[in-house]
Amino acid sequence: MSSHPIRMAGIDKSFGPVRANRGASLDVAPGEIHALVGENGAGKSTLMKILGGLIRPDAGTVEVNGGDVTGWSTSDAIAAGVGVVHQHFMLVPTLTVAENVVLGNEPKRGVMFDRTRALADVNSLIQRTGLIVPADRRVAELSVGEAQRVEILKTLYRGAKILILDEPTAVLSPPDVRELWTVLRKLRDDGATIVLITHRLDEVIDISQTITVMRAGATVGRMKTSETTPAEIARAMIGRDVVLSAPLREAVGGSAATAEHALAPVGAAVLEVTDLAVNDSRRVRVVDGISFAIRPGEVLGIAGVEGNGQTELVEAIAGLRDIVGGSISVSGRDITRATVKERREAGIAHVPEDRHRRGLILEYSIAENLVLGAQQEFSRYGLLDGDRIEEHAREQIGKFDVRPPSAAPAARTLSGGNQQKVVIAREMGRSFTVLLAAQPTRGVDVGAIEFIHRQIREARDAGKAILLVSAELNEVLALSDKVAVMYRGKFAVTLPARDATPEVLGPYMTGGKSRDAA
Amino acid sequence: MNESLLRRAEEALLPPIVALLIALILGDVLILLFGESPLHVYGRMIEGAWGNPYGFAQVLYKTTTLTFAGLGIALALRAGLFNIGAEAQLAAGAFGAAVMGIILPAATPALLAVPLCLLAAAAVGFLTGGLPGVLKTKFGAHEVIVTIMLNFVILALLNWVIVEHLRVADTLHTAEIRAGAVPRLSEFIPAFHGSAANVTFLFAMAAAVWCWWYLFRTPGGYALRAAGLQPEAAEYSGIRVGRVWMKAMALAGVLAALGGTNFVLGYKHYYEDGFTGGSGFLAIAVAIVGRNHPFGVVLAAFFFATLSQGGLAIHALVPKQMVEVLQGVVILAMAASVPEVQRAIRGARKAVAA
Repeated sequence: MSSHPIRMAGIDKSFGPVRANRGASLDVAPGEIHALVGENGAGKSTLMKILGGLIRPDAGTVEVNGGDVTGWSTSDAIAAGVGVVHQHFMLVPTLTVAENVVLGNEPKRGVMFDRTRALADVNSLIQRTGLIVPADRRVAELSVGEAQRVEILKTLYRGAKILILDEPTAVLSPPDVRELWTVLRKLRDDGATIVLITHRLDEVIDISQTITVMRAGATVGRMKTSETTPAEIARAMIGRDVVLSAPLREAVGGSAATAEHALAPVGAAVLEVTDLAVNDSRRVRVVDGISFAIRPGEVLGIAGVEGNGQTELVEAIAGLRDIVGGSISVSGRDITRATVKERREAGIAHVPEDRHRRGLILEYSIAENLVLGAQQEFSRYGLLDGDRIEEHAREQIGKFDVRPPSAAPAARTLSGGNQQKVVIAREMGRSFTVLLAAQPTRGVDVGAIEFIHRQIREARDAGKAILLVSAELNEVLALSDKVAVMYRGKFAVTLPARDATPEVLGPYMTGGKSRDAA
Repeated sequence: MNESLLRRAEEALLPPIVALLIALILGDVLILLFGESPLHVYGRMIEGAWGNPYGFAQVLYKTTTLTFAGLGIALALRAGLFNIGAEAQLAAGAFGAAVMGIILPAATPALLAVPLCLLAAAAVGFLTGGLPGVLKTKFGAHEVIVTIMLNFVILALLNWVIVEHLRVADTLHTAEIRAGAVPRLSEFIPAFHGSAANVTFLFAMAAAVWCWWYLFRTPGGYALRAAGLQPEAAEYSGIRVGRVWMKAMALAGVLAALGGTNFVLGYKHYYEDGFTGGSGFLAIAVAIVGRNHPFGVVLAAFFFATLSQGGLAIHALVPKQMVEVLQGVVILAMAASVPEVQRAIRGARKAVAA
């Protein structure tokens, strides 16, 4: 095979006034893992959607295995062995893992769906690839990480030879990421070509051979991984040097900025959680007797592999999940049975982990989203006060650097990083005493991470009590004063930040060690 | 700003216009099958509906019922709920207004009697619409099933009450109301003479304006739409989605029930079993074609009313079922062209393809 598996050149694509791609190019050699990096909204996803046949380019050419396939359809792409693993899952929640994987290519006995063979096929694929998922479980019952594995399995099942992964690690825990790397390397050695979209530069260095960097819709760099540094990549992505906190700096290699406390945490605890117990929708105990207290100016970071009850813990505090036992109080006021609204009035701000599902009304404008939950306060004489909503939006958009700086577009049209900034602006742009920040930087680019981390630090310095939950261990270590590891609904360990390192925490995250909360 | 307004208008109006063209072409084929000239048949339809004051007034009369019922469905849909119960809500509202009109002494001044009759209709609608909302919020009963079933229950109940207790001998209707009748439009516009169009048409227009104002200008409407678009995000923000559902269904019931007063207070002055004749179901199409926008609902109601009235004029040329077929074609074409439906279809296709 002398020709390149993927060669895209001069790709232009506009959505209305937004130019998502302008002269973008991508050149992938056979049998390599190719990293496609860039800020949110740099046009990576658009480029990959064009490659996968989801959208047509306005201009430019797409070649796959030497043939011109510009403007092909998704079914053409699948037939040619190009498989896309999407960032947002496209699974049928009511079907089992096996059924989802074979969907569209179901094994049949006569005219009937051959369930036994489907299960056997999928199980053997799971064995072969090491992507462990219970094949007979319904997708609705899976964790996010497991659902991600199903997506990859689905693509492999169709015999994809060119595999495009759109931020596959955004939802994976560190051990899962390592497993994924093993799988990808094996696939590459078996002759597959892999394009990996990611924000995480440490991953890029880990796994890829070649890197293509995009900025503002154009391809701005192509380099051999072995000949570059994270700092160089970050500079190409953003067009300037990045300032990140210590542990992240290790990964990214930007210049130094120390995370010094302006104030030491003082006073009585603002958020107190005592013996909290929460069940999930299957009535399984997922938060099992957790207690902690956070003082003003203090950040408690919760690390751990996703699916160990972190989501439910945060939702229970925010009032979105029934509490089975224990109590929660804010500033001395018991809110265990309070409504969401009462909790917000008591001073809780909440950056939810899933901005598409909970954090934003995607069809509402940015201005409307910025008053979500406060629509009563932005009303006069029982009418929404359009002028004040608009003015508020302009103010917050400026302060939180939302791009494009316009109040009118629907939240749906923004890039992930800017959507997250809208959520952050709404939650942190009003008065609060407790911040629940769940995966605050999931799926956002390096520039936005820097910005969001600064916001969290400023809130801490302003005396807010902050509960941070992140699958990103580096993030927890960079921001927290105290670090807890959650495992199977309990805190496996709680440590002061200075004693917490990945080496110390690792065993607790996988259940290898456990110790009562310190 | 101006440009975006233009784009939005284009986005809103283009699909129905394209759908209308498709329907017209399919209609052509049908008409040709009966050996008639499409131009002639369409001409007669337009003539029958808009070509004379009486026909036009009849269109307004039909628009009234469809607007109220369509608003009831659209408002519920904005909250994410499918109200299939407009048929029974129309009937129940009409019955409520009729009972009030019969109970009131004949001497009651109109300024008191009309609001009381409207209030009676609204109260009945509040209950019939609110019940499915409560069942959904408290017990998770699906509103589609409940409203469909309530149609049978309520219509059967009304039929029993009329037949067994309240009918005038040899008819299927109640006695005439003694108070609460509203004037016909022909009293102000003599050309409308003989038509059933009445003042409730103005009430319907006012209801549409109120719905628009409520949905897009009040915090309650903001919460209602948020709950409809993304219930989980609404819940997260502190909106109590269950309460919004109950409120939206009750309001939907009120709106649809007020549609029943068009017949009772404005036209016949009694409640007659079966008078709704499927308007509550046609109103589902009105809401969808009107894209759940109150003003869209008015336009769509006017359109379907035109089709129905124009249909009367072509009975001599083609079988009368032809109009119903044409109506079906329009509904299908329009439904398929509505972006929400397209998105749902695309989403379903993608989920299957991926």
